[in-house]
Amino acid sequence: MSEGTFGNPEIVEVETDILIIGGGMAACGAAYEAKRWAGDDAKIIMVDKAALDRSGAVAQGLSAINTYIGDNDPEDYVRMVHADLMGITRDDLVYDVGRHVDDSVELFEEWGLPIWKSKETEGVALKDGGKPVRSGRWQIMINGESYKPIVAEAAKKALGMENIYERVFIVKLLLDANEPNRIAGAVGLSVRDHKLYVFKCSAALLVAGGAVNVFRPRSVGEGQGRTWYPVWNSGSTYAMAVEAGAEMTMMENRFVPARFKDGYGPVGAWFLLFKSKATNGFGEDYATKNVDMLKDFAPYDTAAVVPTCLRNHLMLKEMKEGRGPIFMDTPTAMKKLAETMTPQEVKHLEAEAWEDFLDMCIGQAAVWAGMNIRPEETVSELMPTEPYLLGSHSGCCGIWVSGPEDLSSPDDWKWGYNRMTTVQGLFTAGDGVGASGHKFSSGSHAEGRIAGKNMVKFVQDKKGFSPSFKEDLNKITEEIYKPVRNYIEHKDKTTAEDINPHYILPRMLQIRLQKLMDEYVAGTSTYYQTNKVMLEHGLHLLEMVKEDSRNMRAKDLHELLRAWENYHRVRTAEVHLRHILYREETRYPGFFYRSDFPDLDEENWHCFVNSRMDPETGEWTMMKKDWVGLVDHHH
Amino acid sequence: MPTFVHTDKCDGCKGGEVTACMYICPHDLMKLDTERMKAFNQEPDQCWECMCCVKACPRQAIEVRAYADFVPMGGAAIPLRTDTHIMWTIKFRDGEIKRFKFPVRTTPVGSIDPYKDKPPAGDINSPLLFTQANKQLPTI
Repeated sequence: MSEGTFGNPEIVEVETDILIIGGGMAACGAAYEAKRWAGDDAKIIMVDKAALDRSGAVAQGLSAINTYIGDNDPEDYVRMVHADLMGITRDDLVYDVGRHVDDSVELFEEWGLPIWKSKETEGVALKDGGKPVRSGRWQIMINGESYKPIVAEAAKKALGMENIYERVFIVKLLLDANEPNRIAGAVGLSVRDHKLYVFKCSAALLVAGGAVNVFRPRSVGEGQGRTWYPVWNSGSTYAMAVEAGAEMTMMENRFVPARFKDGYGPVGAWFLLFKSKATNGFGEDYATKNVDMLKDFAPYDTAAVVPTCLRNHLMLKEMKEGRGPIFMDTPTAMKKLAETMTPQEVKHLEAEAWEDFLDMCIGQAAVWAGMNIRPEETVSELMPTEPYLLGSHSGCCGIWVSGPEDLSSPDDWKWGYNRMTTVQGLFTAGDGVGASGHKFSSGSHAEGRIAGKNMVKFVQDKKGFSPSFKEDLNKITEEIYKPVRNYIEHKDKTTAEDINPHYILPRMLQIRLQKLMDEYVAGTSTYYQTNKVMLEHGLHLLEMVKEDSRNMRAKDLHELLRAWENYHRVRTAEVHLRHILYREETRYPGFFYRSDFPDLDEENWHCFVNSRMDPETGEWTMMKKDWVGLVDHHH
Repeated sequence: MPTFVHTDKCDGCKGGEVTACMYICPHDLMKLDTERMKAFNQEPDQCWECMCCVKACPRQAIEVRAYADFVPMGGAAIPLRTDTHIMWTIKFRDGEIKRFKFPVRTTPVGSIDPYKDKPPAGDINSPLLFTQANKQLPTI
């Protein structure tokens, strides 16, 4: 086919054994590990919608690595994750991350990531016994501005740049024509050229991050870009998995981080490293004052670290009853620390506090500078954000996957290939793996490596497989370029092309989705509350959003990217809503409340909620799956 | 707005097809106006203020103006990044200036040799990653 033009893309067909969809930490880990096992026997391609050096959740940098086991027992890591996520996690998956994660962290250090060390072991690498500076039991401090470029460099060197496609956005997975429930490839659009890429593969790793901007953000002006999780995470992982017929798990779970207001800067170092306290508007330590509220959510109230959602629950009581704003009392914390420090040490401490923002949330530093906030003098406001969907931080929504074979887990938690979904050949990691969580950057990398190795094994075992697509390629091309067709066909029918009855702008579709999710599906405007009737009405409206998504327009490739990102958001929103509707209890107070079922119901709902959409019929099946503990979860 | 480009400093990366900022922006926001040969942010309310473009710009032509819907005017955070360090200038609304310098990397850029001195691939059926050769993995 000749060179493409707008609306008539050149179709580029690429054959590979392994396809990595995404370019973040999990993707880079998978590339590094898979290449070593595959050698020259299997071809590995990575496809990133951005540039690998600065893509994914670590693009901006990080000030800490939140999962480094070190001297801890991985079993205690399992207990912590289980309790923080209110008792419904897969111990096998979490333990597996725990026993592998340090290996990735030690690689990062070897590759050039600066990791803070105790005074006694300054300059000694972790693998040689260097003691990291811990901001919490599991967290270690780093100078992480270049964390992603460093990790990306290793992945690039492993695969070779000729095997990495940047600025190609995968929008759809393709199933095999002959073998049922078997991945055969994926299709994506270039956001730089008029090209549509069709990848044929034997195994695919779906690691395209979590979901952001599904809900109306608290800032609706230009500050809506200042999301807590990366604004470019559009739910592609969940949406494409659903449409391929993969079984999803715990998609009712969400994360609502309480952060510095508006800038959404990190609070972890302030709470854990600087020992700062949060108060209500009247100076009361509400966490202590309201502690009895947590008894309703026993046994998780007595966990070694109070679960994140319960801490939000305490904060929300103050906000709802009009005792805001919530403040982080940084001056008191810094004064206390200064009591035992030299002036030089205090200055160093101040630099550390700023670096915490500058390494990972520069926008927050700009908020402080613009408001003349100096942490040693001025308190700062805290606020719970709009909801986010993810599986790697303090959240556990995602895809149901096969676990490690060598642990004493139930038989139906392992079907041969670690981190493979219920679709043959489709693997995931990081934000994609549900019912685990607290992997963060390092655990996502390690989990990508686990998946990467198992994909090589899968490809070796299925040597005879020859992928062929179930769906017609021309039909798929038409579907993907529909927004462009809508634009070209109708743009001249009105005098202002942005207002046209024949199409909807991707931006407006996003706003419509966000408003709906906010108002009916427990967003910020209802203080995260919803009920059966609200959800059912929300679903009714969402169905119409889904229908109208076929009428989005794209005036250029950038808008085509946005159209498909927003389509993924809509699908993600749908599965989130369906799961919340199904789980008739309040499992995560502080993240959301079923006001018609306000209590934790351990008897009936201490179980996974899984779902599957039949890709043929579009029909949904919701199901409960038994939870089993593999370690003793004493509370 | 978040990122903005100084007209007098931007040279459109001397007419290359893709400018440094276009190449690096994780959200496909920076765009080259091919008539003026200047880059601009085509969707300012989607900017995460990650400053990847600011750091990558060879002319230091890009800055961030903090979100107008909640940040008072006059403050700024300006990075200057080398291969080993990043220098930050923080300008407060009231005029105070703070400067910080942090390391970013302990090895030369481009020096990673990913498999050097690493074990070869071992048993594909074991739960060990290749770097863990001969280790005993704990189980539960």
